[in-house]
This record gives sequence, C-alpha cells and structure tokens, in this order.
Amino acid sequence: MEIKVLQDILSANDAIARKNQSQLDKHGILTINVMSSPGAGKTSLILQTISQLKEKARIAVIEGDVASTIDADKVSKQGVTAVQINTAGGCHLDANMTENALNNLPLEDIDLLLIENVGNLICPAGFALGEHKRVILLSLPEGDDKPYKYPTMFSGADVVLINKIDLLPLLEFDIASFTNAVSGLNPNVKIFQVSCKTGQGLEGWFSWLQEQTKEMKSRHGS
Amino acid sequence: MHELSITQSILSIALEKADAAKANRISQINLVIGELSGIVDDCVEFYFEFLSKDTIAAQASLSFHHPPTRLRCRNCATVFSPDNLDWACPNCHEPKIEIISGRECYIESIEVD
Repeated sequence: MEIKVLQDILSANDAIARKNQSQLDKHGILTINVMSSPGAGKTSLILQTISQLKEKARIAVIEGDVASTIDADKVSKQGVTAVQINTAGGCHLDANMTENALNNLPLEDIDLLLIENVGNLICPAGFALGEHKRVILLSLPEGDDKPYKYPTMFSGADVVLINKIDLLPLLEFDIASFTNAVSGLNPNVKIFQVSCKTGQGLEGWFSWLQEQTKEMKSRHGS
Repeated sequence: MHELSITQSILSIALEKADAAKANRISQINLVIGELSGIVDDCVEFYFEFLSKDTIAAQASLSFHHPPTRLRCRNCATVFSPDNLDWACPNCHEPKIEIISGRECYIESIEVD
C-alpha cells in the first residue's frame, strides 16, 4: 500500500526554527545568521561589528565551529556574551543546536544576536536557525563565479558583503559580474563592498544593522 | 556530512507515517531531491542502512527522484535549464532569474505492508 507523505524532509528543523524565532521576537532580539566559506572573514566581521556597535546595542554571539573555542574566546575578549557550539565535524548549525545555545543566553539583556555559522556555502543554506536575516560574506580570493555554484545560498541572502576589498588591485575579481549575478538571483539583496581588516566600506553595513535593530525593537516594543 | 541529519529526518517521518497507518513494514521510501539541494544519494543510503536497523524500515529501499534545475527569466518569462556557469536568459540575455525547480527536498510517499 502506498501512503502519500508530501512532507519536507527538513520540516522538523523548520518547526524548531520557528519556535526559536518566536522566542527571539518576544525579546525583541534581532538575530543575524552569518554564513560564508571558511576564512572569508566571519569572525573579523563580528569583531568589527562589536567594536563599532557595542556602546549602541547589547550584543551577544553564538559561535558555531567544527571544533575549538578560538573564535568564542576572541569575541569574549571584546566584553560581549558568547556561546560556543562545537558541531564535532558537522558542517552546519541547525535549529536544535541554536535552541540549546539560546537557553544559555541572557535573552532579557540582548538587542542584537550574531550567529556565526560553520564555514560552508552549501548546507547552512538549508537549515533555518530562527534568524531574522541572512548575511553572506564572500571574500575576493574565492573568485567571482560563486553565485551560480552556490545559488541556494545566494538566492536566500538578505545581505551580501564582498570582503577583502582592499585586495582588489591584486586579484582578478570582476565586481560587476559578481553583483549582477547575485542581484539577478536575488533582486532584494543589499550588497556592500568592505574590508573587515581596514574597515573600508563598513559604514553601510553598520547603519543597515542599526536600522534593522531599531525596527525590531519598535516592532516588539521594549 | 549533512546527509546524516537528513537521513535521520527521512527515517523519523517515514516511521511516524507508517505508525499512523498501523503498517507492519516499510518496503520503499520515495524521495524527491532536487539537483540543487546538495544531497548525495549514496551517503543517504549508507546512513539509512545503519539508522534503520531494528526498525520496521530496516529492509526498505530508497527511491530517488531528482528534478533538474529550471529557471525562469524575470524579464521575459522564458523558462530554461542553466548551462553550467552561465545562468543568463538564452532569450533576452538578462541575468534576472528565478529558480523554479531543483531545490525540492521532500518525501513523496512510502510503500508499506
């Protein structure tokens, strides 16, 4: 006998992600899922963001990594709350891991939660965590041909940061072809050209983030 | 590596549906996994054999249907298949496209006794 199922394989993850999001909504915490390849600059972006915005918003960080607490240690040194999730070789964070991390955070005292996903442009795209916005970093040395290699990732992003822009004179990276491909796949995406090392171009990212944080607060009034 | 959690979900959904139908055995699980979903059949098979031991799905075969990637031009509405790394519309050459198929990731049905 055949039984029709027609159920999304990731429906269990999606259900937990929705639960996480309603908890975050309740506390008015803007939550950002930061994704990229390994070494594209996720931790540097988070450190820059903390140093620029920590006086203006109460920031917390969930650090996802296959192993070690190196990134969480760097973030803690900046004086913000950080929770480390080690996936023990797993290639992405999922909603369940995020739920456990949320249980270890003082949600009453957070305005902005940055989640650093595991470095990978494939699987994190499929696993919602409960975030409000998805941010992808793509660094120049990775090449401008990535949008069509990882279309699921790029078509689901709210913001794409082209990082290591200070290396542009040294590399053959066609900014126009990259941005056309990303905006072609995803017409509402915001694209910023930045260097998390020199700070170049980060003002746009900071003001977008502040706007979103404010909007979140006003929507959930606290 | 994400095939492990994918396979766990497949098994748990299939067992839940079979249980609701009071089935004794699951003989086949029909999966629809789009080309873009990045899921490798062999990995799923491997994990499934391991995870389904001691369940009523133990001997079940997995059938994979892979819908190909299909795109629609947001400029002129032409529907087409992408050519490797060139996703521009073959008709108007605009890169403004929408993915209409290839991201599927669901269980179509199960066959039970």
